Amino acid sequence: MTDYKNLKLIATSSPHIRGSETTQGIMKDVIIAMLPALAYACFNFGLRALTLTLVSVAGCVFFEWLYRKLMKKPQSIQDLSSVVTGMLLAFVSPVQIPYWMILIGDAFAIIIVKQLFGGIGKNFVNPALAGRAVLLASYAGSMTSWVDPAAGKAALFGSNVDVVTAATPLSYMKGTDPAALAESFGNLTSTYGVKEMFLGQIGGSLGEVSALMLIIGGVYLIWRKVINWQTPVAYIGTVAVLTFLFPKAGSSLDWMLYSIFGGGLMLGAFFMATDYATSPVTKKGQLIFGVGCGLFTVLIRYFGSYNEGVCYSIMVMNLFVPFIDKYTKPVRFGVVKKEGAAK
Amino acid sequence: MAQAFFGGVHPHDMKAATNEKAIEQLPAPAQVVIPMSQHFGAPCTPLVKAGDHVKVGQKIGELRGLGAPIHSSVSGTVKAVEPRPYSMGGNIMSVIIDNDMQDEVSEEVQAPANPDALSVDEMVEIVKNAGIVGMGGATFPTHVKISGGIGKVDTVIINGAECEPYITGDHRAMLERSEEIIGGATYLAKMFGVEKVVIGVEVNKQNGIDQLNKTIAEKHAPVVVEGLRCRYPQGGEKQLCQAITGKQVPPGGLPSNIGCAVFNINTTCAIYKAITTGMPVVKKVVTVSGSGVVEPKNVECPIGTPVSLLFDFCGGLKDGTYKLIAGGPMMGMAQYTADIPVAKGTGCMLAFCEKEEQTVEHPQCIRCGKCVAACPMHLEPLFLYQYASKGLVDELNDAHIMDCMECGACAYTCPARLHLTHMFKTGKQLVKDAAAKAKAAAEAKKAAEEAQKEVVNK
Repeated sequence: MTDYKNLKLIATSSPHIRGSETTQGIMKDVIIAMLPALAYACFNFGLRALTLTLVSVAGCVFFEWLYRKLMKKPQSIQDLSSVVTGMLLAFVSPVQIPYWMILIGDAFAIIIVKQLFGGIGKNFVNPALAGRAVLLASYAGSMTSWVDPAAGKAALFGSNVDVVTAATPLSYMKGTDPAALAESFGNLTSTYGVKEMFLGQIGGSLGEVSALMLIIGGVYLIWRKVINWQTPVAYIGTVAVLTFLFPKAGSSLDWMLYSIFGGGLMLGAFFMATDYATSPVTKKGQLIFGVGCGLFTVLIRYFGSYNEGVCYSIMVMNLFVPFIDKYTKPVRFGVVKKEGAAK
Repeated sequence: MAQAFFGGVHPHDMKAATNEKAIEQLPAPAQVVIPMSQHFGAPCTPLVKAGDHVKVGQKIGELRGLGAPIHSSVSGTVKAVEPRPYSMGGNIMSVIIDNDMQDEVSEEVQAPANPDALSVDEMVEIVKNAGIVGMGGATFPTHVKISGGIGKVDTVIINGAECEPYITGDHRAMLERSEEIIGGATYLAKMFGVEKVVIGVEVNKQNGIDQLNKTIAEKHAPVVVEGLRCRYPQGGEKQLCQAITGKQVPPGGLPSNIGCAVFNINTTCAIYKAITTGMPVVKKVVTVSGSGVVEPKNVECPIGTPVSLLFDFCGGLKDGTYKLIAGGPMMGMAQYTADIPVAKGTGCMLAFCEKEEQTVEHPQCIRCGKCVAACPMHLEPLFLYQYASKGLVDELNDAHIMDCMECGACAYTCPARLHLTHMFKTGKQLVKDAAAKAKAAAEAKKAAEEAQKEVVNK
């Protein structure tokens, strides 16, 4: 029979069982959710989409490993969050930027934005977006010229001058002169139909072009309970409503559809604004956060100097997160609002 | 189905190991160790000394203040009265009795001549003398709950949720002892003067619900069964009240604040037994389960039975058993020794030998917010964790850490595997210590001021 005197027992605090979900598992799901968009990017822009993504992932993982090693901190690359950052940074960059350039973005994202603030969960702005913002400020030319998928594929190495253009759908939707804007929007709608916009047969950043693939990934994340629906629905919904109510050219419906399918809105709403570390923790907070992102996106697109507002709008809203968290605390259990007290 | 409470988790219930196994009687143990603290409140004073002869049902521990008396579970000779390990951690004064195997019943155990003619006061007195406590694990003295609730309570709830994984004792009781449950519930209805008693049962025990309904119909009892969704912690007192009535117990309050009183299935059976037969709490149904147990079972045994005998009865422990838990896997206490006895609150003994325990080195919060969505007390565990780890007492108070009931739902769901519940136990102690310190300082100041006044007056 059992020798009860010589059991080797550990006495830790309850609970003694844990759910099956892990940080690594969540990151794996995010990676899986990005694969359709990556596959489409390869189809659209050529294999360079894949190689640029792989270089970016390798860079992020390497910089995280290096920093933890040099600072004698426990290694954290096994949580796969740096893989996600690497993929996202590649997704928000034009496919033809030099490989060394994305490594600079990786280094900034991982070392400055993520690790200097304490690593996973501690950064206050999205590392990939901060990396993109730095690249955009430093290499404005490379970061705003796009491969036109209709003109050809990006070469794996060397220059891509022959297929590069400066035009994305959003650039046709920018302008202050109503007549000129109406004409350029007309050009856009005659060049690309809503179908092309939705499928992503357009120019733009590597991973942002295909609304369809991003929605597939986003729905997967919601189904796997990795993200809540609140942020993406509030974000996309706000942009949709505002652009429908205040179209700058064309019909309300066209303007709205081209606004939500063009640019990085889908990528931002499903993959960037839902970043745990830089978004509110309550569902109510996430709704407010999503609405704020949508509002800033439209404001930047309408009145700012950039064509695209998704990156900066999310980064600005990231800074509001502590404030939103403070004012969206759950109502304490047992404290029920007295009827009429609010009057 | 009943209304819902916010949050919660849905762990694998693991009940299949024992939910079809009838309750078995443990062969009489040669010796029992009866702790003098098996309830919420002050420990009892032992009434016997070494060498005394005792009989089944004889009172051997007298209550001091808040508590419930303790009775001998076997007949035999007191071998010693000394501190022994018990399931709440550390040692407690215990009465050790060598069983003479005669099962002589004490003269103190007297069945009332006509149980149905008893007055409310008489019934409460019987419950008190029978040493009945909340046998779901909270062990709050039942007579205090009843006498404190009469007049305030309009909803009497029997807790048959049994939401912790593995445990099936209540489920088996519904199937095998439904008459005791319904009988006990009927007495509770009488004591509180309510028309209906509600039994809340998670819908994963449909055959239990059916059996209860059958008995209710046979007896024309003033009882209704309400199906509850399977969600941990459905059996938490406050969550159960919320699910049944839609009302929330105010912070720091008790169910009686919203007109509710909650009794466990086991407690209800004990009430029935005490009122009909006069027999106090001397036995307990324990679910013995977990990956480390060779043949999991539901076992009824005398109070004070060493848990090693329970495991032996279930085929012993497997090699590599690394954890023994008194209670369920979500809120039970891990034991550092197998040398503990079964007490009134011990509804489950678990042994783990597989990878149930999943700790990671250097856990890092990723701010996913899943703990916030899981907390049935509407807290934000991730922030409490930060405050507690930094020892920030004011922040802990502002974030209502004392509302935490340590159900473990947040820690269960946490993908980063933070030791949330552990940290909250620490944090609550910090808050209590700080409050005690502040109180002592205020009293010292007051005393100094009064001394000063006296000097001035003179």
